Amino acid sequence: MNRFPPWKYLLIGFMIAAALLYTLPNFFGEAPAVQISSNKTTVKVDTALLTRVEEALKGAQIATTGIVLDLHGARLRFADADTQLKAKDLIEKSINPDAQNPAYVVALNLLSSSPNWLTAVHALPMYLGLDLRGGVHFLLQVDMQAAIVKRLEAFAGDMRTVLREKNLRHAGISREGQTLRLRFRDAATRDQASVVIADLLPVLTLTRRDDGQDQLIVATLKPEALKNEQDLAVKQNIVTLNRRVNQLGVAEPVIQQQGADRIVVQLPGVQDPAKAKDILGRTATLEVRLVDEEAMRSGSSFNVDVFPERKRDGSVSSVPVKKQVLVSGDQFVGATATFDNDQRPAVSVELNEAAGRIMRQATRENLRRLMAIIIIEKGKGEAISVATIQGEFGSRFQITGSFTPTETSDLSLLIRAGSLAAPMEIIEERTVGPSLGKENIEKGFNATRWGFVAIVLFMSAYYTLFGVFSSIALGVNLLFLVALLSLLQATLTLPGIAAIALTLGMAIDANVLINERIREEVRGGQSPQAAIAAGYERAWGTILDSNVTTLIAGLSLLIFGSGPVRGFAVVHCLGILTSIFSSVVVSRAIVNLAYGHRRKVARLAIGNTGWK
Amino acid sequence: MEFFKIRRVIPFMRHALIFNVISLLTFVAAVFFLAYKGLHFSVEFTGGTLVEVNYRDAAKVETIRETLDKAGLKGEVQNFGSSRDVLIRLPVEKGQSTADLSQKVTALLKAQDVTAEVRRVEFVGPQVGEELAEYGALALLVTAVGIVLYLWLRFEWRFGLAAIIANLHDVVIILGFFALFQWEFSLPVLAAVLAVLGYSVNESVVVFDRVRENFRKMRKATVSEVIDSAITGVISRTIITHGCTQAMVTTMLLFGGPALHYFALALTIGICFGIYSSVLVASPLVMWLGVDRAQFVQAPKKNLTGEENEGAVV
Repeated sequence: MNRFPPWKYLLIGFMIAAALLYTLPNFFGEAPAVQISSNKTTVKVDTALLTRVEEALKGAQIATTGIVLDLHGARLRFADADTQLKAKDLIEKSINPDAQNPAYVVALNLLSSSPNWLTAVHALPMYLGLDLRGGVHFLLQVDMQAAIVKRLEAFAGDMRTVLREKNLRHAGISREGQTLRLRFRDAATRDQASVVIADLLPVLTLTRRDDGQDQLIVATLKPEALKNEQDLAVKQNIVTLNRRVNQLGVAEPVIQQQGADRIVVQLPGVQDPAKAKDILGRTATLEVRLVDEEAMRSGSSFNVDVFPERKRDGSVSSVPVKKQVLVSGDQFVGATATFDNDQRPAVSVELNEAAGRIMRQATRENLRRLMAIIIIEKGKGEAISVATIQGEFGSRFQITGSFTPTETSDLSLLIRAGSLAAPMEIIEERTVGPSLGKENIEKGFNATRWGFVAIVLFMSAYYTLFGVFSSIALGVNLLFLVALLSLLQATLTLPGIAAIALTLGMAIDANVLINERIREEVRGGQSPQAAIAAGYERAWGTILDSNVTTLIAGLSLLIFGSGPVRGFAVVHCLGILTSIFSSVVVSRAIVNLAYGHRRKVARLAIGNTGWK
Repeated sequence: MEFFKIRRVIPFMRHALIFNVISLLTFVAAVFFLAYKGLHFSVEFTGGTLVEVNYRDAAKVETIRETLDKAGLKGEVQNFGSSRDVLIRLPVEKGQSTADLSQKVTALLKAQDVTAEVRRVEFVGPQVGEELAEYGALALLVTAVGIVLYLWLRFEWRFGLAAIIANLHDVVIILGFFALFQWEFSLPVLAAVLAVLGYSVNESVVVFDRVRENFRKMRKATVSEVIDSAITGVISRTIITHGCTQAMVTTMLLFGGPALHYFALALTIGICFGIYSSVLVASPLVMWLGVDRAQFVQAPKKNLTGEENEGAVV
């Protein structure tokens, strides 16, 4: 009655072997590595590049201990951190000749030093969370309101252009909140304009109104267009963030949308969070607008935006500019810091084709007039350059202002990294230093280790041989759990380690239930074999019920939890599942192997059952 | 080895009223402390900035506080884990650009003592904090409802109700302790509280399972006799299991460092009160709710088929 068919033993044996295989990479530790990935869509990390890198390393007599090339780029392993740093500088120099405009991202990383055959079967070490390996985590909130406003302003500009082209006179276009109001003197013009605009901008809902004085068109974004705009804004911001993070040279960054309007950025291993925050958090966007010279003379602020301008002598004056944005930050395709003809620091920029065309037209029509370059950072705009248009120009031009060389290099970096569709605000930040991460791992594993030892000692003393069996089953549970976490590459955090410990402490419950039940059956006069069978059978219902209730709590934590709670819940839920299997099936298999094949069993080694 | 040689059935139910009064008093005390003192929420819930700094030598908390005061930052400064580690908490202030706050603090401390090393920064905006509190409450509610439903399906509504009353009162008692001692209530503590809820319900389930079984076996016994014998039957397992879990939690308390301290503390309280309430509070509640043999012993017609009634219905 206490025998499993051979396939069951085989299956359990196979599962344990597989679990061992997938747990294995965790024991090899990590080696310092340099990661090379592409920074542009046009360049690829391929074998040709690797040959170049290898040659460069050979020339400098730096030895690598392994090279991996995959879809994400190339990773080169080194013997120690010193060599790694040297190699990084060398590689950086040899493949990125233009430091201002790097083609590749060269970043320091840690790589598992497990042998290649393990990596080939996707046996990877557990994926450690930021609290264990150190790094920065940001949660950014995208300001949707601002994105919509920006979009509406652009539409207003388009409307002005099209109405001028069609010779339809309007009496002003203004924005109020999330609506645009177009004023007309007579209804006929208004109706004509309405048709023209509806044709040009189908994403707008246009309603005609008469406020007694003027004929109005009130334009609002259609709901689906609104949603579309928001999606686009978040997507564009993610693309921009990606480019900015690439400038930082971070291995394995995570940039993901969370919810409708939030973005998570995780940068593992970043040693200098201040710099990271500076680059990411700078929500600078660049705009090119024409200066309203009439308003400048009269000092009026009607229908213009006024920005401060910092002059070379340190004084600040205000510059009124027209509402229409000629070119905005997402249309810049390149920027480099240089010097102009007078050897003053300047930024040389390049626009995309569409923006180049707009620029050409605007400069042709507004020769000898003033144009302003405005940088908008954290909701505040500043005119960084106000200059007279000397001639017609297109997609390439220089921005000069009162810059220092550092400022021009910063500015070019910002422009190159792209602008954000909508400003963002950091609403959550978590930075963990690398030393604290190491300490957390150590403490977490120490706690688990000693707790495990205490349970094993107690169980073995209390239930003798059956206690040893239970302990082996508990060990197998731990093995399964670690293997599963490695296989799924679920993020392991400190609360996750705590969950491993807690799950082990709770998993032993099943074996205690079974062992107590067997003792009871023996005391009740059952034969040893019958007692084992009855003990496992009777305990099963209880084990199932109690684990399901625990799982309910675990699942609701998983659904509603975030951050540290989620890390706990994932491990907790997985641990409950592995513990049911190991404490019932694996321990039974061991007991069956030990007792099931004996013809006669005088008594069970499960501690004292002699008393009645 | 054998700890418990219980030869007689212990008449737990005779003292049922006393157990419930004790537990009611603890509950009332916990509610009182919760209302009077309130929970000391971590920055994760309230929003704010938290900076953990490590010094080479013992940190001078007073000097750090003065430095921050001078810079116009109202912060709470305290030692964390060891004398060389300091935790600085800064509340959310309107108009203050929170994202730069941690950098400002770091710069100030570095200027004062070059050995200052920032080990951890946590900044949570107020809107995130509110959401977390909301989701925490929701998780608690869903867990409670889920457990009641499961026990209802598996046993009887009386068991589900009794278990959840007994165990929710554990949750309140844990929170009461955190309010009384003003221990920091953080996200990991919330996780611990919910894990305890699942864990102590599991304890009640073990007892209930035995109650159901005994109703079928002991045809002539009264309800309280059935419950007494059920509790006596599982008491040894209860103590051993909890001992093992507590051993694990204790090592966490000893070796887990300050990051896991309150997590382990919440579990410890939860485990201790969990034993008490799930055994000595839930069972009398089931009795008073009017549990009866007829609810478990199926009609004789079914017995004729010769089927085992073990395991019951899902």
